[in-house]
Amino acid sequence: MGGLFSALGSLWAWIGYVFDPLCGPAGLFTWFGQSTILACGDTGWGDEIAVGLKTTVAVALLTLPVGLIIGFLVALGQQSEEKSVRLAAGIYTTIFRGLPELLTLFIIYYGMQILIQSALASFGYDERIEINAFVAGMIALAVVFSAYCSEVLLSAFRAIPKGQYEAGDALGFHRGRTLRLIILPQLVRIALPGLTNLWMILLKDTSYVSIIGLADILRQTAVAVRVTKQAFFFYLLACIIYLVLAVISSYGLSYIERWAKRSEVRR
Amino acid sequence: MSVAETLIPPQPAPKHIAKPLSAARVTGSVLVLIWLALAATLIYMVVAGWDPEKFTRYGPRYLHGLMTTIILVTISVICGAVLSLPLAFARMSTNRFLSGFAYCYVYVFRGTPLLAQLFLVYYGLGGFRPQLESVGLWWFFRDAWYCGLFSMTINTAAYQAEILRGAIESVPKGQHEAADSLGVSKTVAFRKIILPQALIVALRPYGNEIILLIKGSAVVAIITVFDLMGETRYAFSRTFDYQTYLWAAIFYLTMVEALRHFWNWIERRLTRHLQR
Repeated sequence: MGGLFSALGSLWAWIGYVFDPLCGPAGLFTWFGQSTILACGDTGWGDEIAVGLKTTVAVALLTLPVGLIIGFLVALGQQSEEKSVRLAAGIYTTIFRGLPELLTLFIIYYGMQILIQSALASFGYDERIEINAFVAGMIALAVVFSAYCSEVLLSAFRAIPKGQYEAGDALGFHRGRTLRLIILPQLVRIALPGLTNLWMILLKDTSYVSIIGLADILRQTAVAVRVTKQAFFFYLLACIIYLVLAVISSYGLSYIERWAKRSEVRR
Repeated sequence: MSVAETLIPPQPAPKHIAKPLSAARVTGSVLVLIWLALAATLIYMVVAGWDPEKFTRYGPRYLHGLMTTIILVTISVICGAVLSLPLAFARMSTNRFLSGFAYCYVYVFRGTPLLAQLFLVYYGLGGFRPQLESVGLWWFFRDAWYCGLFSMTINTAAYQAEILRGAIESVPKGQHEAADSLGVSKTVAFRKIILPQALIVALRPYGNEIILLIKGSAVVAIITVFDLMGETRYAFSRTFDYQTYLWAAIFYLTMVEALRHFWNWIERRLTRHLQR
């Protein structure tokens, strides 16, 4: 069993190496930065920045589904017929859209630490624990993302005419089936521009996780700056990497948008 | 024709039907209870951990931090609005060089995180000390407060330029043509016909941008500016008291909610003539 896991782990590492855009076999720094400060390996900072890039992308990609699911549930709650559900969902969006992302991150990071520590202390386990910065950062970003996402989805829900629900009823569909077969496909199409915006914001917000010590792009460049003293060069590089990520995702998202609107063209 | 001989005697009120206990209702009550429990914990933490010495030491610092945040946001919103005007016009101009430059500016500053821009300005430009000293700008880029103000201004200018451009382009072409046919000059038409209509469209995005900037201003704490977030971090590093963050949360939430309601009120007031 242990052998299988280690084999899977090395396979994963190999995949990460081959598809690494900066330090892989076809990487940018491997080909153009070998004799500079950005060389991959012990002589330069290329591999450190490549690790940071992977962390940033991983945080953003893992946050997205969590945030989307929570946001969808909150949006459903906000248009519930039950007053208390609406109230609870309203409090959630008001709080997490009003707090700065940085403060949310700190509150969740330190709050979780205190909560777990006091819970363990009540069991008689008395030692200082550090919670995972990756998990804390992901939760904080997902919470902020879901608060905005619920507003986007709510306005999309309101844009769908009531007749669509009635049509589902007329066909004898169960409520869940109406939602899945009739409402969701239209919802995705209407909400996609708003969600695109939120993805761009999420990509930029990932930079905050560097402050709680997660080794993302900004953290790794800051480490490089502390050693090499070339602040302008490395921070400019960080900005360029973020910009390239934004350009790539805007291309990808415009493709998805065209795919979602494929039923509307050629009429 | 028939006439009712007798009146229907008064009937008792229909029986009150108790709502069945549905799953939604139970979840809703549980969720509200969780929020209430959280609020109760918050109040308990504040009351139980109340320390007059901490209050007298850090209370004034918090208020000072609040003022710093408000001043930073106000100045950068105003300077950003001034900067965004030429940017928006450059973006709409037919000159390809100008519009390309404005497009790149907006894309770059909206595509990169404020934190990275802040580091680039504060630490990055610090490396050009001799050049900056010879130009006489070193006093500006030496200070963390000015650097924070500078990055927030150039950042919000990009967003505001997009808002302004979208609003101006949303005014129908017929309005321009009507002004032309009345013989009104271009500048007067812009000032008296186009801009008032555009600003009503832009009002809501402007409010959102100010709120985003209030929230974004928290990052200047990272480069040692003592704004509300900076004072909070200072107090936390001294006391290791979780309350410090809760107080900051209360301040930020109050600010954002007050601004949101104020903005709603302004919008209702300015669009009275549009309501049917």
